[in-house]
Amino acid sequence: MSTSVYEYIVRTKDLSKIYTMGGTEVRALDDVELDIRRGEYVSIMGPSGSGKSTLFNMIGGLDKPTRGTVFIDEVDMAQLDAFELAWLRCRKIGYIFQTFNLIPVMTALENVTLPMVFAGMTTDEALDKGVELLRTVGLGDRRDHKPTELSGGQQQRVAIARAFANDPAIILADEPTGNLDLRTGKEIITLLKQMNEEKKVTVISATHDLKMIDVSDRVVWIRDGKIERIEERADIQIDVGKMEGEEG
Amino acid sequence: MAGVIEEARGKRGIERQIVLPWSRALQMTRESIFVRIGRSVITALGIFLGVAFMSAVLYGSAAVRVKANVDAQQLGLVHETAEMQARTIWLVAMSLVVATVGIVNSMLMSVTERYKEIGTMKCLGALDSFIVRLFILEALLLGILGSLAGALVGVVLMAIVNAKSLGWAGTVAVWKETAVVLGSRPIPLWVGVLFGIIIGGVLSMLAALYPAWRAAKMPPAAALRSEF
Repeated sequence: MSTSVYEYIVRTKDLSKIYTMGGTEVRALDDVELDIRRGEYVSIMGPSGSGKSTLFNMIGGLDKPTRGTVFIDEVDMAQLDAFELAWLRCRKIGYIFQTFNLIPVMTALENVTLPMVFAGMTTDEALDKGVELLRTVGLGDRRDHKPTELSGGQQQRVAIARAFANDPAIILADEPTGNLDLRTGKEIITLLKQMNEEKKVTVISATHDLKMIDVSDRVVWIRDGKIERIEERADIQIDVGKMEGEEG
Repeated sequence: MAGVIEEARGKRGIERQIVLPWSRALQMTRESIFVRIGRSVITALGIFLGVAFMSAVLYGSAAVRVKANVDAQQLGLVHETAEMQARTIWLVAMSLVVATVGIVNSMLMSVTERYKEIGTMKCLGALDSFIVRLFILEALLLGILGSLAGALVGVVLMAIVNAKSLGWAGTVAVWKETAVVLGSRPIPLWVGVLFGIIIGGVLSMLAALYPAWRAAKMPPAAALRSEF
């Protein structure tokens, strides 16, 4: 209807990924078309093996599609050379993973400042910003702790601070609450939503955590590598009640 | 529309670059070595043993020459050194081959264990060359440290073993004595040991090159999937 009014930060066109496993073809993604607006909080939902992690990898430029295109800010990602791709990962996209993926030998602060080092920021600037980011995620007093000295929730907070290091336009999260207990998971979701609202950053989260639906502007349901349906916020509310009922 | 490419290309010059300063790379390498000290020691051990063995062989060869000079009546020894010559070169070459195989193996392990970390770094904007640089630096440091320790241990042990027969003057003289003759060039012991330390660092660096390059080339998604 009024699509031209919105500026899409991510668009995928005929996006397909085919893996060949033991001679048989597995279609992890099958002609996925998805447009994501700037500043949106989008959850990509689906059972494990549905292709949501594959979609995450394609949007994040972590893997190449078999067919189709991913546009970030209307730029075809396949056209980028290695330097431009690194630049994109460094500056435009912040990644959050299920397993946190902090660098184990570095302290919380060093982890957060690493993307800033790559971006060419001076040490002093990076340290100031790193401390500030850690404070934002509620870990101001844990800056010199190594990942092994932090709980899962704390590690994920460090990872979130790191994802925001270079003020990205997009936060890509792959099952960010997958390794966390219910309460910590909720805290992380709240934090992500807060960052989404305060920093106007687009959050795209692949998940099967139903708690995520609550804060999402849109929910994209994926099954067998295809988009099953896309729900807008207005439609979602009813479903949440229903599903929480099922869960309990 | 302010596209990604334009932004990246336009300002590649000063501000909008992707960098890893050498000082920072060195600091990361140092931390990595000390935090994973167990793994680092195992990696360095191959080169340590190789260089220790090589130094000991060279020392032994030089010591024989010193003794031959001191005891001029034992003319037979001069003949034997020519024969020993081939054996010394062969032993030195073997020790280096064994050390190289050892370090290639442990570098492969050490890189494989860190696939996930490599994938993460690439997500944070690291270029392939950063990954290679970090591993090369680490291998070079470990190689040099391992070789230094190896040379020290090899020489000191041989000095102790030969102390009685060489005497104090002999132990000092042995340093400048020919340890091995390459072509027609006599190589003094100290040059041989120094060469061993340098070759230890270089071999270790070369051993890291292939695994690091291969790991850096991996798509981040594949690197992140690996579990260790």
